[in-house]
Amino acid sequence: MPTTEEIKQRIEAALPGARAEVEDYTGSGDHFRATVISPAFAGRSRIEQHKLVYGVFGDEIGGPIHALSLKTQATQEPGAIASDEQHAAATT
Amino acid sequence: MSDTESNPIHDAIAEAIAEHDTILFMKGTPEAPACGFSARTVAMLQSLEAPFAAVDILPDPRIRQELSAISGWPTIPQLFVGGELVGGCDIVTEMYESGELAETLGLEERESSPVEPVANGVQSSGLTQIENRLGS
Repeated sequence: MPTTEEIKQRIEAALPGARAEVEDYTGSGDHFRATVISPAFAGRSRIEQHKLVYGVFGDEIGGPIHALSLKTQATQEPGAIASDEQHAAATT
Repeated sequence: MSDTESNPIHDAIAEAIAEHDTILFMKGTPEAPACGFSARTVAMLQSLEAPFAAVDILPDPRIRQELSAISGWPTIPQLFVGGELVGGCDIVTEMYESGELAETLGLEERESSPVEPVANGVQSSGLTQIENRLGS
């Protein structure tokens, strides 16, 4: 049975520069919720971002990992991290 | 993955996605969802008064297998709009909260273009189609 720490490490190992926070929200070791911030998400749609994370686990999703609820954010998105990027784009 | 060409379930799913503007693949039915994520997704669609077709993936494990093969998405529920995967419960929730979901569903045009009459909320044809073809 995967642990939150294992899931976090696998995400961070698979996605360059990713930071993940993982919680087991039922306490039963099979329903997880992860927040992942990675530069790999930049320029990708939410669907593609989530697919990248799901791809780390393949068939384990729906198997030993019954549910992996995701929140993803590209590192450079305004608000993700205090950055010096101009936020003109965000206020159109 | 091997014999998708002669696969009636695969074809039925692909057709259902093509035929319905908004279609939700879920565990259970909108009236009796069998999973909290499916229930939440149904509740969001219903609160927007969005008409949608629903397919219960539970009666046959092959439905889920083929669906995920088509969409590249491993979990249930899966919401499709205009033939495109919008996402699962997490993405639909984010979009619901930001107002993007109503936009994606084209709900702002609702008053001006009364489409074909659909029972408010659920159109059940998607449900029966696939199960019928299972020959069960």
